[in-house]
This record gives sequence, C-alpha cells and structure tokens, in this order.
Amino acid sequence: MKTLKLGQLQVGQRGRIVRVGVGSDSADWVQRLMAMGFLEGSIAEVVHEAPFGGDPLAVRVRGTLLALRRQEANTIEVIPV
Amino acid sequence: MNETEVLQKVFLPEGLNPTRSKSPALKTVALAGNPNCGKTALFNAITGGKAKVGNYPGVTVERKEGRVRTSSGTELRIVDLPGTYSLDAKTPDELITRDVLFGFDQTVEKSPDLLIAVADATQLERNLGLVLELRKLGRPTVLALNMMDIAKQRGLDLDLDVLSKELGIPVVPTVAPRQEGVVELLSEVEKKLNNEVAVAPSVWIQTSPEEIRGRFSEVDRILRLATRKSSSPTIWTDRVDRVVLHPLWGSLILFCVFGLMFQAIFNWAEIPKDWIESQIRVLSSVLYEVMAPGPLRSLLADGVIAGVGSVIVFLPQISLLFLFILFLEDCGYMPRAAFLMDKWMGKVGLHGRAFIPLLSSFACAVPGIMATRTIENRRDRLTTILVAPLMTCSARLPVYSMLIAAFIPNRAVLGPLRLQGLVMFGLYLFGVLAALLVALLLRSTFFRGPKPILLMELPTYKWPDAKSVALGLFERARLFVARAGTVILSVSILLWFLSTYPKPPQGAMEPAISYSFAGKIGKGLEPLVRPIGFNWKIAVALIPSFAAREVMIGSLATVYAVGEQKEGSTELLGDRLFRDWSLATALSLLVWYVLACQCLSTLAVTRRETNSWRWPAVMLIYMTSLAYLGSFLTYQLASYLGLG
Repeated sequence: MKTLKLGQLQVGQRGRIVRVGVGSDSADWVQRLMAMGFLEGSIAEVVHEAPFGGDPLAVRVRGTLLALRRQEANTIEVIPV
Repeated sequence: MNETEVLQKVFLPEGLNPTRSKSPALKTVALAGNPNCGKTALFNAITGGKAKVGNYPGVTVERKEGRVRTSSGTELRIVDLPGTYSLDAKTPDELITRDVLFGFDQTVEKSPDLLIAVADATQLERNLGLVLELRKLGRPTVLALNMMDIAKQRGLDLDLDVLSKELGIPVVPTVAPRQEGVVELLSEVEKKLNNEVAVAPSVWIQTSPEEIRGRFSEVDRILRLATRKSSSPTIWTDRVDRVVLHPLWGSLILFCVFGLMFQAIFNWAEIPKDWIESQIRVLSSVLYEVMAPGPLRSLLADGVIAGVGSVIVFLPQISLLFLFILFLEDCGYMPRAAFLMDKWMGKVGLHGRAFIPLLSSFACAVPGIMATRTIENRRDRLTTILVAPLMTCSARLPVYSMLIAAFIPNRAVLGPLRLQGLVMFGLYLFGVLAALLVALLLRSTFFRGPKPILLMELPTYKWPDAKSVALGLFERARLFVARAGTVILSVSILLWFLSTYPKPPQGAMEPAISYSFAGKIGKGLEPLVRPIGFNWKIAVALIPSFAAREVMIGSLATVYAVGEQKEGSTELLGDRLFRDWSLATALSLLVWYVLACQCLSTLAVTRRETNSWRWPAVMLIYMTSLAYLGSFLTYQLASYLGLG
C-alpha cells in the first residue's frame, strides 16, 4: 500500500499512521506529536482546512482535534484507509 | 532540557528538605491532567471556588491553591497544577507541573502527598496516557473521570471496576460544574491518604519514543477491556466547526464576534463608565466642601482622586472585555480564532496564537501582554509583547476624541461616512499597521528564527462554566484595580507635587504652573519638541501622560488654565487648543499618540512577564523614537503643505 504524507490527504480523508517524525531531526518534536496522540497505528483524519491556502489543518487523532500546519503534518506518514 | 540540567536537578528526598513543612498535619493534594480536561472547574467544585490565585515564584505561571474539609473533618490543601500533555515538559507551565510532581524544587511548591489525576472521559484515548505517566511517579493517585455526563450522552459505557483494576488506582466519575462525584472523590482521597505513604519518585529522564508507544498501547489494551460500549464521535463540535472553521463563514463569524466585542466595549461600557465618573466628581466636590482649602485638600482632590479616578473609570470596559475573552476561551472558540488567523499572523512572522493577545490590546495592553503566556517560544512571545502596545488601547480614545472634535471638520465624505469618524478609524488602522510592520521588522532582525511551530488542540465546544467565568472575571478585575491603582496613585501624587510647587511669587501674571517644577521642565524641553511642532505646554502635559495616556487631557487643561476638567467642557479646552495650535501640531500630536509608549502599567507588566528590565526599556525607547520620527514627518509635511 502506498504511503502518503498527512498533509497530502484531502479534507475528509483518513489514514493509518505508519511513521512519526519523518524528515525531522528533532526528538522533542517527535515526542510532542506522540504525546498529543500521533502514534503509529492510530487513525488520523483531516477534518478542516484554514481559509486562504488551506493552512493550517485540523486533524482528528485518538478522539481529539488538533491544529497543525501542512509542513509539520508532512512529518507524519500515513496509509489512506 | 539536556542531561546536565537534569543532573543539576537531582531529586531531594522529602525528609531532607523541611523548608516548607509549616503545618505537617496538613496534607497536600495536587490536581494534574491534560489541558481542557475540566481540571480548573473540578478544582473550583472541590474548593468551593475559594482559591488563592497567584504566581509561582520567578515565573508567570498561575498558581491556584485552596482548602477543603472532608466529610470526616480532615482538612486538605488542594493545588491546581498547570495542564500538561506529558511530563516531558516544553512550555513554562508544563515545567512547573513536572518540577512539582517530581519534587525538584520544594521552594516552588511542597511536593504533593497525593495526586488527583483528572481525565476527560470523552477523550480517554489520549488522556489516559498522562494518567499512566502519573501513576509511575509512585505517589498515591486517584483518577477523576471528569465530564462523565457528556461521555454518557455520547453513549460511552465503561466498566469502572475493570478500569480501576487495570490502572491499579481508584476511579471516580465526576461532573465538575454540578459538583457530582466530589464527595466520593474526597472519600477515596482520604482512604488513600490513611493507607498509603508517598514514596520518592524516580529521577526524571526524558522518555524515549518506544516508551510513549508502549504507554499508549497499554492505554489501548486497558480501554479494550474496560469499554462495554464506545462513544459516538463529537457530532455537535463537528457540525459547529463545519461553519465556524469554514473558509468563508468562519471568517465572517470571526469578524462579527470581534465586531460585537468592540461594540460592547465602546458602547455598553459607557453607562457604568459615566456613572463611575459622576461618582468621582461627587466625591471630589464633597471633599472641596468638607475640607479647608490647603495643600492636603489639593493633594486628595487634584492628585489622588483625579489620578486614581482616571483609571477606575476604565474598569467597566476592562471587565466587559475580560467577560468576552473568558467566555470565548471557556467555550473553546479562542483556539479556533487563532486557527483562522494563523496564515495572516504568519505573514509577519507571528504565531497564530499572537492574535488573541493583540486583540485584547485594543482594550488595554496589560491583559494583552499577560495573554502571551500561551506562546511557548520566547522569540515569538517577546515579539508579540513588544508590538502589543501599538494596538490602539482604550486610554487613547479620550485624547483622540478631543483632538478630532477640535481640529477635524465633521463634513460628510461619502454617504453616511463623515470625516471625523474616518480619521478615528484611520488612527486605529495606523496602529494595527504599525504593530504588524514592527513585528515583521523584529522577526527579520533581532528575533530572526524559524517560523514558530503550531500544534494546538481545538477542544470540544462546551457551555462555559458560569462559576469559573465569574471567578476569573472577579480575579482579573481585582488585579487590575490593585495594580493600576498603586502605580497611578504614586504617579498622581508626584505629578501634583511637581506642578504645584514652588508656588508662584506674589503678583504673578502667568498661570501658577509655569513657575512650578513642571513648568520649568517644560520650558527646558521645548527645544527638543519644537521640531515635532509641540510647544512647552504640550511638553509639560506630555510628561505625566507617560504614566498613563489619558492623563494628557487633564494636564493640558491644567496647563491651559481652564481649570478642573469637567464633563461637557471638552469643547472649551478644544477651543483653546484650536486657537493656540496649528493643524500641523494637532496632527503631529495624534501621530505621537498612536505610536508613543505612554503607560507605566504596560512597562510594569512587561517587566513582570519577561523578568527583566531590558524589555520594558527596549519598548520605551523604540516606541518613543518611532513616535518622534512619525510626529516629525507629520509636522514637517503638514507645514510644507501650508497647514502650519
């Protein structure tokens, strides 16, 4: 199955997280993402996009809604489901 | 935090640090949980809202402490720790929570005898992660499953016995706003305190990604066992967000919400404001009647009442603003506003969250600067603090109104638009543009750095807890009066002295003030302000207005010997000024007022929030220079165009 970046999903699309912190060398960042619920195996759904260019995104993961920018969302790899 | 810092914070076993054990019998219970889990509402429910609010020493993280007596009569000390997503702390708030829980710094807070882990029952998938982390600390722990009513409405059916057995700690369902479960929670707390002793927690080590993965798969395992029926997703929040976060409707709603807020601040606050003003006038005239003429009466009436009164009149506006902000925060809208504005704020290098403090600064920069605490990166936070006073605050309004009424003809421009209103709007716009430009400049020079990362929770919408909003509002109002009162009081007394002494000689022709210290200072300053079109009288009036902008009107009135500024006599002062000043001077003073930093409270709060005198100094110097430059250009250009 082809993996995508979380930021590449359309609004309403869901993906199973396969990797967190792709292309980021910051351990802090990976940990923050994980503590907020971005964990391998969890389902992430892009729910909303901000106006004027669609950045940031609102993503639902593990029952919570989180806002992050597309660039940061792209450090998370998903398989669309 | 790196390893050396961790080593420096070597844990001290409780017994070795007796500094804080004033009353050994009184046990401390700390509330810990994720942000937005209803922790503060639960704290209010437990303590009955009687909390001591303050700051942790050295940092500007709010600290709440209260007392409660259990049904069996034991008194407990309850501490509300700042919300955190994990013990791998990132923001100042989270660092406090971690340090208290590990007992790193006993001077900050006595390490707790028991923890109440608070979890949002509608978001257990994430909330239980922190609960497992807290359990590992080894302190007696009780779990409060908060917002249980909402979870049940969504169809959640949990086997609490299984949950409690798997977690290894007692579990109590609670609904904080209705005080449900509080008694049961306290009885579990008491049982634990009687049967278990806090053991020293292990030294804090940064968690590895593997540990976090392990922790959450444990959460998943426990929830699989304990869930009889899982809840349906948040239908309401999704429906509301489809409109509120919609590219077009969302922007419109944002515009309307804040339009309404300004409307409220400027119009609804007028009635209580007028009432307070009239009370102050009554008080002052009573003083004049009761007291014998002399320096004491003058000090009390012209110094203390005039000075402190000029601040107190802003209390209705400030309270209304805070009511709006607390309401919007409590119902979950604020992070959405930040979400919608992130793109625009990002254009000038600001964090989306900077929108909220800048917005508050339209009323007053003091709460605005306090609201920057949610911005974790220091560079982003400092940029926001430094530009916040450029947003047009309510204290500039009286000065704008008076000068515009005196110097700008009220001709119709286009349809219902009139020139005076347009100039007022232009001044507001000028302030916003100046703030954004300075932010851009700061971010591309001194505070250069990567674009701030945004990772922010958009919490489920809920009805604000009336008690929490009321308590928050009262606390803010109290702090405003106390802080502003002390600063303004001392300045008023000093100013009264400077403009009253020395007394004019016998048979003096000029107004008394020109013989006083203030008069001498004004004449000394005249060469400095002449290039920007100000005369010595403006210079004198400007000095006290560095303490608080709105003082300008009163001091101009004094200097121009119109006497005491009374309601309805603005025209009188305006007429005097109109005869004495050129239009170029008036325009120059307006530009000065847009850009200058004339507020001791702002400088004081900046000092407090940044913990250094450097940033208030930077703020004062850059804003004053900017104001001088702006006024210089305005005056010279206007004179060139023949308005001098």
